[in-house]
Amino acid sequence: MKYLDEYRDGRVAKKIVDEVKRSITRPWVLMEVCGGQTHSIVKYGLDKLLPEEVELVHGPGCPVCVTSLEMIDRAHAIARRSDVIFCSFGDMLRVPGSNGDLFKIKSEGGNIRVVYSPLDCLKIARANPEKQIVFFAIGFETTAPANAMSVWQAREQAIDNFSVLVSHVLVPPAVTGILNSPNNRVQAFLGPGHVCAIAGWAEYELIVDRYQVPIVITGFEPIDILQGVLLCVRQLEQGRAELENGYSRCVQREGNPSAQSMIERVFEVVDRAWRGLGVIPQSGFGLRAEFQKYNAERIFDVGHIHAVEPAVCMSGQILQGLKKPLDCPAFGRQCSPENPLGATMVSAEGACAAYYNYGRHLANVEALVEKS
Amino acid sequence: MCLAIPGKISAVHETVGVPMAKVDFGGITREACLSYVPDARVGDYVLVHVGFAIGKVDEEEARRTYQYLSEMDQLAELDDGEEEPGHEVP
Repeated sequence: MKYLDEYRDGRVAKKIVDEVKRSITRPWVLMEVCGGQTHSIVKYGLDKLLPEEVELVHGPGCPVCVTSLEMIDRAHAIARRSDVIFCSFGDMLRVPGSNGDLFKIKSEGGNIRVVYSPLDCLKIARANPEKQIVFFAIGFETTAPANAMSVWQAREQAIDNFSVLVSHVLVPPAVTGILNSPNNRVQAFLGPGHVCAIAGWAEYELIVDRYQVPIVITGFEPIDILQGVLLCVRQLEQGRAELENGYSRCVQREGNPSAQSMIERVFEVVDRAWRGLGVIPQSGFGLRAEFQKYNAERIFDVGHIHAVEPAVCMSGQILQGLKKPLDCPAFGRQCSPENPLGATMVSAEGACAAYYNYGRHLANVEALVEKS
Repeated sequence: MCLAIPGKISAVHETVGVPMAKVDFGGITREACLSYVPDARVGDYVLVHVGFAIGKVDEEEARRTYQYLSEMDQLAELDDGEEEPGHEVP
């Protein structure tokens, strides 16, 4: 496929890796922000191609992973209601709450639908006027315009049996939180390409200036990621801290103004609880006052929900780049994609799940055998 | 989750007042909402995320970047050449 296949060309990848090797003189810690980038890095073994001076740590940019356990339990409580058709992106179905996942609720008679687009929910709402259609609106800035449009169109089309359970998160507050940590190890960021396709990069320039940290907006294919690494390494080696756009075929400085304007019409910035990280001030979107009619949290009273995460899980430290999956004693033992204990194992884009799915836990076992 | 795939617009239409397109992804066709790329036309490549085109792919930028990356070893050889003593201008 055009614009995909050529960015997976092994010969070009080798040339970029060679250039990284020529440029680098000492160790650097880089964080890729997005779960999709983490997935590509582990899938294609890009971290193994790069010289050992490049350490890639994995960022918090997987919205399924960072959706709080309380919010998932709330979603499940709503999804169990007999008057509800609960709609979700497919990634959310296997994410366990305190008592099973959406698949379990479906098997017990819950009406759960996987949607490709948030607009599909409106079709379902029109076809089922006797039911309440609830959409689990999660995602980063990339997904916010689509989810906002579903609410906007529900009002335009006078669809009254539709609501959204909103758990939107924003990238810049999470990046700032990582940089503010006294234990921070990250020296440069591969920025979130598709988030910036919507939001642009002005906010990231402020972070670059304030923290003197290089940020390179990066795509998701192997060549894109290696190019992002090269541009970061060159900046670090030359003592520069700049915002660079390594994904110029898809990202412009101003982002997508019409998408931003729809987000602003429907959502406002609110405090948000992140799984593994806790509440980050002003780090998410919630519905504006004039759209509260579509707020599933207000429509469905599910009572007080208090969820407890397993103490052994170190996903919070992994999401901040302080630890890596193989550092966790539970990884691949008590904790696996079939039985995830925390944020970074619950979605395929989580760092732990990516390591597990591409056999890194087996490498871990080999390393243990070598040590013993 | 932030996955977005480039595809080529093969047709445009409206559904309940919303501009929509048929987008071809290497032989698989899916619908995508065009509200956020108002200037997109049939034949354009758009980046599609959860059923929404979130931007057009800039073909010129794509060509330029790819050419730069694929010629990187030649640039490296030029750099190497400059560092060799024999190439120094006296």
